[in-house]
Amino acid sequence: MSWTKKVLRINLTKGTCTPEPLNMEWVEQFLGQRGLATKYLTEEVPPTTDPLSPENTMYMITGPLTGTMASTAGRYSVVTKSPLTNAVACSNSGGFFGNEMKCAGWDMVILEGKSPTPVYISINDDKAEILPADEIWGKSVWETDEWLHAKHQDPQLRIAAIGVSGEKGVLYSAIINDLHRAAGRSGVGTVMGSKNVKAVAIRGSKGVNVEDPKAFFEATTAAKKVLAENAVTGEGLPALGTQVLMNVINEMGAQPTHNYKDSVFAGASKISGEAMLEPRDSDGKPNLTRNAGCFACTISCGRISTIDPQHFSVQNKEDLHHSYHGNSGGLEYEAAWALGSDTGIDDLDALTYAQFVCNEQGLDPISLGSTIAAAMELFEEGVITTKDTGGIELNFGNAEAMIKCVELVAKGEGFGQELGQGSARFCAKHGRPELSMTVRSQEFPAYDPRGIQGMGLGYATSNRGACHLRGYTVASEVLGIPVKTDPLETEGKAGLQIAFQNATAAFDSAGICIFTSFAWSLEDVAPQLNAACEGDWTVERLGEIGERIWNLERLYNDAAGQGGAADKLPPRMVTEPATSGPAKGKVNGLDIMLPEYYAERGWSAEGDVTAETKARLGL
Amino acid sequence: MQMSLVIDANKCTGCLQCEMACSYEGEGVFNPTKSRIKIFPFHDEGIFVPYTCTQCDEAWCMHACPVEAITLNKETGAKEIVNDLCVGCKVCTIACPFGTVNYNADSGKVIKCDLCGGDPECAKACPTDAITYQDANWTGYDKMKDYAAKAVPAK
Repeated sequence: MSWTKKVLRINLTKGTCTPEPLNMEWVEQFLGQRGLATKYLTEEVPPTTDPLSPENTMYMITGPLTGTMASTAGRYSVVTKSPLTNAVACSNSGGFFGNEMKCAGWDMVILEGKSPTPVYISINDDKAEILPADEIWGKSVWETDEWLHAKHQDPQLRIAAIGVSGEKGVLYSAIINDLHRAAGRSGVGTVMGSKNVKAVAIRGSKGVNVEDPKAFFEATTAAKKVLAENAVTGEGLPALGTQVLMNVINEMGAQPTHNYKDSVFAGASKISGEAMLEPRDSDGKPNLTRNAGCFACTISCGRISTIDPQHFSVQNKEDLHHSYHGNSGGLEYEAAWALGSDTGIDDLDALTYAQFVCNEQGLDPISLGSTIAAAMELFEEGVITTKDTGGIELNFGNAEAMIKCVELVAKGEGFGQELGQGSARFCAKHGRPELSMTVRSQEFPAYDPRGIQGMGLGYATSNRGACHLRGYTVASEVLGIPVKTDPLETEGKAGLQIAFQNATAAFDSAGICIFTSFAWSLEDVAPQLNAACEGDWTVERLGEIGERIWNLERLYNDAAGQGGAADKLPPRMVTEPATSGPAKGKVNGLDIMLPEYYAERGWSAEGDVTAETKARLGL
Repeated sequence: MQMSLVIDANKCTGCLQCEMACSYEGEGVFNPTKSRIKIFPFHDEGIFVPYTCTQCDEAWCMHACPVEAITLNKETGAKEIVNDLCVGCKVCTIACPFGTVNYNADSGKVIKCDLCGGDPECAKACPTDAITYQDANWTGYDKMKDYAAKAVPAK
């Protein structure tokens, strides 16, 4: 019932917008959002497709709970083949775009082919149009947002757009909706840019219904209470946002520092969530203005922040967009570590500025910061010089150099174009591929796998390249959710990763935020889905759907050349012991965990999905 | 005891739970465009402001209505639309100085906050107490208390 059962297929080559029914047989197997769009991708886009060719297709898709009153139920995902990883890409975003799509009567919008000229997509309930975007091509996400609101004279229009980086082929460009929420990873914005699509603007007035309203209110109210009473979703995230993790992970000895050479950062407290609350000298205001909730979110980890008006990043820059001189989407932990500790920079305002740039121009701050950090190591080793960087003294700890790089990548100019290819390609080009902290060419997130062993296995096996949002065993290994495990031990981590990966795939297919899983298990999700949707959605069925999705992604990656052979970590993680902190002397035990993982997944010793497993999951 | 909706914009996160609760109560669908309460984000200023009908005693909308389709609920103090009488002339939407009475093109009637008969769904749905339902005679109580607390010596 909470599916609209309608798909809008937009063929950019032909210039057509065609409604079609949602494949409800696939819904039965893959639920929605991540799982369902991946099924469409695997059926419609051959695994060997060039990701930046017109033959690639991009799926913007909601989940069954999207647009309802369930907590966090505003999510949508962008599924396509990634130009960064050559594997399946699935980037999930909050804000208010997903619920608007559902409200307009669409479960999914498909972009296929390539427009001959720059365009944007306008959707107003049933009416969909492909309109010229010549005036906004070359503009930022924020300028595009203002232009579209003015043009359509509709303040309630919801917009997802790419920045200049996505037009210029930076391989980790994001799609930004509602000014600062991102479908961030794997270059989904680059794919949108390759199709000559600048933005999708949606206005919906139809609303969303649920199957059994009484049961739905009971289930969602109970589930909201669980979130409110949980230490992470009820206290830590509302108080400090995702930046609640900076000091915690640093104390664990798992804070990636200096391109993962070190795992403790001396300046961590200066760029932490706690530091964002401290009044600054210049105007007496703290960095954090207030919390911002995405649609229907009762956690509100989102930050609204300002940059110190006296900070060098905004000084004497009158031409900057007005939001740099006011409030905008503030610093997240994944940006803070990648642009901060990994580059050795402890300047909170420099990081906030870089975060704003990532939002304005549509960049993944993880891949961006991590690539800059790798370039810094190459610079300090003398592999690259100021001749390569265009004069930038690219030493660890140099905030002005970091900002210069961010600005260049944002516009895809000069040295920025080279950094925009990501650290795997950058380091390979300069003859030092081992210094790229990537899996499947996607940069690591914020957890040193020598200090949190399960995450190493997670990065190596992640279907979209190194990622924390595919199996966040940090929850267990650090926070004790659902049970505490020893972060320095490998025993039991294969089973733990598999359980997290499968459950996460189900959460990601439901229309809700993965952060709810700090407090919710599938036991909390199932009653909400059951009340919202027709059919019978049990915990067991959702677990099986999660496993089916994981294996479907894996099969696609196998055929795309990103299967078992790519399940490996950079040599630094498995041969160079951590130099300080609780993990001192440790390397990641991937060699122990990976065979166990393959066996427990029901895969071959080479990591191939066996015929037996395929048959069991109906694949 | 009469009650009032009390709004504290400084606590609002802009999540729209209130708009969904309102649209569901009023129209039976999750649809922010059909909500009687609206959240206004002021982006550069970094604030979200919830806004809805304050239930004026001398209600402009009620006085302006030519067919007496807006009536006083004596128990709650709410000014309620009588759908059977409303002719959709929209004079009340012009009369309201605050813009909180609006026309619903789907039904051909106007809609406004009716305090859900004395149990407002928006206040129940708000996760941060930015919207509360309090004694109408003491809507300033919390604010007074906050200021009074400033006289208490630090420990």
